Amino acid sequence: MSKFLEVNDLHIHFATDDGLVRAVDGLTFGLERGRTLGIVGESGSGKSVTSLGILGLHRGRSARVSGEIWLDGEELIGAPRDAVRKLRGRKMAMIFQDPLAAMHPFYSVGNQIVEAYRVHNSVSKREARRHAIDMLGRVGIPQPQRRVDDYPHQFSGGMRQRAMIAMALVNNPELLIADEPTTALDVTVQAQILDLIRDLQAEFGSAVIIITHDLGVVAELADDLLVMYGGKSVEYGSAEQVFRRPEHPYTWGLLGSMPRLDRDVRDRLISIKGSPPSLINLPSGCAFHPRCPYAERDGIPCRTVVPELLGDGHRVACHLPSPVRARTFAEDIAPHL
Amino acid sequence: MIRYIIRRLLAAVILLFVVSVVVFGIFFYVPRLAGATPDDLASRYEGKTAGAAQTHELAVKLGFTDPFYEQYGRFAKSIVAGADYSTGPTTEHCPAPCFGYSFITHNPVWPDLLDRLPVTISLAIGGALIWLLAGVGTGVLSALRKGSVFDRSAMGVALAGVSLPIFFTGLLSLSIFSYTLHWTAPGSSYTPFTENPATWAYDLILPWITLAFLYAAGYARLTRAGMLETMGEDYIRTARAKGLPERMVVAKHALRSTLTPILTIFGLDLGLLLGGAVLTESTYSLPGIGKYAVDAITNNDLPKVLGVTMVGAFFIIVANLIVDLLYAVVDPRVRLS
Repeated sequence: MSKFLEVNDLHIHFATDDGLVRAVDGLTFGLERGRTLGIVGESGSGKSVTSLGILGLHRGRSARVSGEIWLDGEELIGAPRDAVRKLRGRKMAMIFQDPLAAMHPFYSVGNQIVEAYRVHNSVSKREARRHAIDMLGRVGIPQPQRRVDDYPHQFSGGMRQRAMIAMALVNNPELLIADEPTTALDVTVQAQILDLIRDLQAEFGSAVIIITHDLGVVAELADDLLVMYGGKSVEYGSAEQVFRRPEHPYTWGLLGSMPRLDRDVRDRLISIKGSPPSLINLPSGCAFHPRCPYAERDGIPCRTVVPELLGDGHRVACHLPSPVRARTFAEDIAPHL
Repeated sequence: MIRYIIRRLLAAVILLFVVSVVVFGIFFYVPRLAGATPDDLASRYEGKTAGAAQTHELAVKLGFTDPFYEQYGRFAKSIVAGADYSTGPTTEHCPAPCFGYSFITHNPVWPDLLDRLPVTISLAIGGALIWLLAGVGTGVLSALRKGSVFDRSAMGVALAGVSLPIFFTGLLSLSIFSYTLHWTAPGSSYTPFTENPATWAYDLILPWITLAFLYAAGYARLTRAGMLETMGEDYIRTARAKGLPERMVVAKHALRSTLTPILTIFGLDLGLLLGGAVLTESTYSLPGIGKYAVDAITNNDLPKVLGVTMVGAFFIIVANLIVDLLYAVVDPRVRLS
């Protein structure tokens, strides 16, 4: 248990009327302070549930969680609810996707930041308010002493996300999870928000998890990259490794479907055929096999055996032999990226 | 905010004016349309012994032969400024707001209404407090324990509550608690609060509970539905992510949003009841506005009916106004739009 955040064999299943949803199924990763992990995947790949699971916010009594989550030497799974609650917002904080929906419409922005601060610090309202104004200033909100009493609907989208970040960072959390922090924003604002997250991370030295379906976002920020598919990680390595020498066909698909300005507009984006699998009825064997153009080659058991995440440092869950993957990428995929 | 208040106030005054025109029209103009002559109207104001010539004289004196707008003008003026009725040698002054004299008792209507108002207000406000606390409380608990035995039984009782009319639950409760167990007053008595608060409450406790039972049932269902919806909102997740204790998440974040629409209905319900809790007052023979209205209608006592209708409309409009203003206080988004 050396790393700041260690997730070991995490399972989060939900019992529903339609069957057992295996939202997260055997996920393992680690993260150090000051580093950024990008978790990438399509909708429904289990990335948001993972982050909510770390904070203990996964919905419903029907959730079955197993595995281990260690945060700074403390085991979170099975810990008393109140103990986890006290860590939330103080030691680990979260930025949500849609800041308009994620902030209470009836309370002023300042009020909500003050509240986040006062849960964990016994200070006077005035003191907390001063702190909130200070935080708003640090995330780049102009005239914070005036805007502090505004309501969320009076902020622009980018300002709201900044306020959300201020709220998350108000207690100097050591772990910051950003769940699609830029999805709801304009492209120009997206870059500003990402810069802000990077600057604040440098300033606070927190560990950051960025959850996104947008590889462009993680390319900017992440040190490590975890690619999720069907509740499992299919590729995990440093951002350098995963971007330069991706080995999983799904990652190839994600990279191929990323629009790029330096490419001829007549080249079509390569989309991954098919749609994400149902988490209730995952395909047998490798969950990606129905959509994988390389499945069922030379008697490889894609359809029957679940591939393990193998490798040293750069780990991949694919039945194709490593040399074959390297060659396929170099010959078939890289020229089209 | 000030402009908003002024706008709403103006709207309320205009509405009251429109209501008075409509009410006056219904009682004095519609009968004319239906073929009644001024003499027919005037004959209601005097005894059966009067001859045709006398009746016609009265019709002219009461102004029933004048154009409608003049008649309305007198009606409105008598409400605002009072009226003078000359009865031959003497002139009787009816102080504002004057709704005329009862056909039966020959008392002016307004003092009668004033006498009865405390009964209705006591009944409505006491009942409202009970149903608000019981209804909202039950609804919140039901929502938080959705599907539990408590939830199911509470919703079952609530279904009974909204389905059973007051003249059923009222009589049933009278027969059990007053006539069999002798715990409560047997109805038809009212002691002013200023005279003896204990007796006041003793007289009213059964009507309060009966009235509250009907309304609490609806409020419980509304609150439950609202809470279930609110608890799924993103900002509730944010509140939890801050590390707020669940108690605060519910009381401060969820309840605030849930109560806002309930406030609207509460205002209207209360306004309606203040204009006369007809069924409850009749069932328990309480001398309130509702009972007064029923008696007036049964006896064809036109001035009384007019007075009651105007008072009822006044309460509903004022309640509406208060709700609108409160809404602006509660929901900051209303303030600026």
